[in-house]
Amino acid sequence: MNNLNWASDQPIVSLKNVHKSFGDLEVLKGVSLDVMQGEVICIIGPSGSGKSTLIRCINALNDIQSGSITVEGQEVHDPKLNKLELRKKVGMVFQQYNLFPHKTALENVMMAPVLVLKQNKDDVARLAQTLIRKVRLDGKEHNYPGELSGGQQQRVAIARSLAMNPQVMLFDEVTAALDPETVKEVLVTIKDLAAEGMTCILVTHEMGFAREIADQIYFTDGGVIVEHGPPETFFSRAKDPRTKEFLSQIL
Amino acid sequence: MEFVWEWFYWLYDVHGIKLTIFYDEWDRNRFIRGMWTTFHLSALSIFLSIVIGVAGAWLQMSNLVWMRRIVQAYIQFFRNTPPLIQLYFFYFAVDAALSQLFGITGGVLGSYGWAVVSLSFFAGAFNVEIFRAGVESVPRSTTEAAEALGYTRLQIYRYVTLPLAFRVCLPSLNSNLINLLKTTTVAYAIAVPETLYVANQIWSDEYNVFEMMNVVWIVYIVFVGFLVWLMHRWEKSIKIPGYGN
Repeated sequence: MNNLNWASDQPIVSLKNVHKSFGDLEVLKGVSLDVMQGEVICIIGPSGSGKSTLIRCINALNDIQSGSITVEGQEVHDPKLNKLELRKKVGMVFQQYNLFPHKTALENVMMAPVLVLKQNKDDVARLAQTLIRKVRLDGKEHNYPGELSGGQQQRVAIARSLAMNPQVMLFDEVTAALDPETVKEVLVTIKDLAAEGMTCILVTHEMGFAREIADQIYFTDGGVIVEHGPPETFFSRAKDPRTKEFLSQIL
Repeated sequence: MEFVWEWFYWLYDVHGIKLTIFYDEWDRNRFIRGMWTTFHLSALSIFLSIVIGVAGAWLQMSNLVWMRRIVQAYIQFFRNTPPLIQLYFFYFAVDAALSQLFGITGGVLGSYGWAVVSLSFFAGAFNVEIFRAGVESVPRSTTEAAEALGYTRLQIYRYVTLPLAFRVCLPSLNSNLINLLKTTTVAYAIAVPETLYVANQIWSDEYNVFEMMNVVWIVYIVFVGFLVWLMHRWEKSIKIPGYGN
């Protein structure tokens, strides 16, 4: 699993000139970005600007047409790559939670380590309990997703990804489908993770949250990264007119 | 039990209603064996047809075009031809062809074996379509989450898609299995001693067609009722709180 050519002072995730099309529609038109270990990256931008596609390419849920994406130095779109190795390293949380509705919260968390990593079931049960507590869902472990609120489901989904012990977490608009009251409980969970040093890449519309949590903000529009920078300078001294316009509309 | 048999004999003696299967031990035993044959013929065919359905729905998702075409051809063939002709085809044509191929005398499978094979393929063709509809009802986003967690395609099918698909397609599976149970009567045509076949033997010997026809109705109503009851219990036991309805 460990790539000997990669050292922790190099970017853990690196995109170089990535192009991605769906048929004739080019969604990513040469995207490059580097993420260092422990960094928190927020990707913002208008709908249809390719944000979600961008992070879906990082764990190979979407393929790319050209360019390169590496995780810990390993090329993600190498046809010879063992996808399982990639998915162990990169966890992902979705907008619609996508829990397995026929499994309880605890079972949702336990399934992948047992099935995919072939870990001992008792050990996994203990780990899952710890993770359920970490996302503040004690007492809900035997509830089915249909019995949980959106915010609770999303926290189960986060715990489910963490159970694989990933190096990088991808968050794809994870609060977009939630009620305003429950957004906060999910954001707090993500903030805890970031504080522990988890490398996080988030697509988000929560500007206040992005400003608070991000080390770097990337603004995408029309399939390219228009501008990026640390939140202090990004929000107050955006240079590009498109960025300024976007920020003026939402802030 | 003795007084029950005696009561039926009295029914015949006084009213002429001739239910020999109750007071004649020979008829009773062969009729019970007939019902038992219907029972395990149905159970075995139901089981195998579900296996065919699950496997077929999996193969229909294959990336290989020819594989999907083979499954499609199988479905069209068995769905669009009468089950009695399928049974004859297996019992007479396939058996003879295989016997010749392997140099076997006396048949490869016998009438019961071919009835199981033919009925399983018949109902299996419908089951493939039923399960495919169920599989298609599972949102792509749910299987994608499993993919992102490193599940293999087979693990996704086995642990995510199928359990969810089953819940969606149980009502249609239900009616197909009822149909299969009723279709086991075609095995009569190749002398599998199931309920209808022994009923026929009995009414030929005893001249009680009217009585035995009524018995046969009731037997099938009870059998189908039992299957429906089982399926409903199953449906209930896998119901997920807060999912569906």
